[in-house]
Amino acid sequence: MSASARARPILMGLLVPVLLIGIWQAIAATHLVAPYILPSPALVLARFRGELDGGTFGGDVLASLSRALAGFAIGAPAGVGFGLLLGLSRVAGRLFGPIFLAYRQVALFAWVPLLSMWFGGGEAGKVAFIAMTAFAPATVNSWRGAAAIPAPYRELSRALTLRRLDHLLLVALPSALPGILTGLRTALIYAWLATVGAELFLDIAPGLGGRLNEGRDKFEVDLMIVALTVLATLGLAFGQLGAAAERRSIPWRNR
Amino acid sequence: MSRLATALPVPILLFGLWWLSAAQGWLPEQLLPAPATVWDALAETAASGDLQADILISLQRVGEGFAVGAVAGLIFGGALGLSRPVRDLFDPLFLLLAQVPPLAWIPLVILVVGIDEAMKVTVIAWASFVPVVLGVAQGIRDVPEPLRELGRALTFDPWDLVSRIVFPAAVPAIFTGLREGLANAWQTLVAAELFASSEGLGYLISLGRQLFQLDLVLAMVLVLGIVGLTLNGALALVERRLLRWQARAA
Repeated sequence: MSASARARPILMGLLVPVLLIGIWQAIAATHLVAPYILPSPALVLARFRGELDGGTFGGDVLASLSRALAGFAIGAPAGVGFGLLLGLSRVAGRLFGPIFLAYRQVALFAWVPLLSMWFGGGEAGKVAFIAMTAFAPATVNSWRGAAAIPAPYRELSRALTLRRLDHLLLVALPSALPGILTGLRTALIYAWLATVGAELFLDIAPGLGGRLNEGRDKFEVDLMIVALTVLATLGLAFGQLGAAAERRSIPWRNR
Repeated sequence: MSRLATALPVPILLFGLWWLSAAQGWLPEQLLPAPATVWDALAETAASGDLQADILISLQRVGEGFAVGAVAGLIFGGALGLSRPVRDLFDPLFLLLAQVPPLAWIPLVILVVGIDEAMKVTVIAWASFVPVVLGVAQGIRDVPEPLRELGRALTFDPWDLVSRIVFPAAVPAIFTGLREGLANAWQTLVAAELFASSEGLGYLISLGRQLFQLDLVLAMVLVLGIVGLTLNGALALVERRLLRWQARAA
């Protein structure tokens, strides 16, 4: 493909957003809609600059990110461990599998009030909710990955009379790796979702969700648009990061 | 041993621990109410008719939001999957918007359409729209090229090509999208009701929280699990019926 042929889809992808921003600017310029309901792109941009320069925005982003990572760091490894246990041990899978599947049916946010009573509405409650949210997809995918180890691999281990630990490290884990990585990637996305939820529902604290609530309370649409844009960008970055890490960690899958 | 026989010991053990902990007073009643108390709370809301009414309200919201989101998602996802220009034009913007967790839209949607039913239905519709679009577009794109060639060799017109070949071949992926859409709708409903509501299951939970009635909260968690399981099971049933031809062909 030539450079121009490759650039074409990118240009077309930019067309609609640029057009929408143009219409947005046009509507704002006519003053048909009050600026407090629909602030002009320039106003939103100015707000963004103001938040970056003088405001607490950097701190908010950092607070949300560190909360998401703290919850992820607790929930995801626990989920991977639990999932591997369920997938590698038939007994564990049959004992704990059903109750885990039943637990997954409960809508995530139903746990928010419960966790806020157990851990409080502050930082501990938020991180507990994020960890709990990250736990489930990490478990499911690791479980799937570990349960799908081809039978010939196990036979090979037996033929080589590998010890249990060697079988685990040399055969089972590498073979379950794709599932584990998918689980970690999904857990990261879920942790981000839970972070926003925790910040919206639990006690007010620095963070992007808190700023969204603030925008609603003060009717500051410009602030909400800024916060949503940053949320989208960070979400996109998380997704890309996870996918890239997954590709790099299993080079043999691409070949 | 049957599946059931191995599935039961852990729940029974957990329940026994819960019961024992309550009987021995290991944890304060405010942190972990006794099983009997939770059962009483459940029976009480059911006896007053509140529970049934709130379940109905919640189901209605999910139904409306999911219907709007799924239909719109089928149309938009179909357009994305079938037309290259549509994909080039709209895919990047859609993917960017899809990165925002559905519930993050709630504060903005409240300002635009108010705090009532419209807010809940809008947010639920968006939450189900995203996975449906992804599933439909992916499913259509993944239809094997030889199948399309077959259609062209049989000189199908574009409509026949889509309705007889592309769509049936994409049905499994479409259903994956629909199932995820329904699951998202359910998750988002609870979030929206927790956020702002005066009826519905999410409201009962947040009421329990405000009154520090953990028994009511736990009872509602149970109900949410059962309703979620039922919804998921119902859609799986529809899926199996619609996909019977595939099982037979296999």
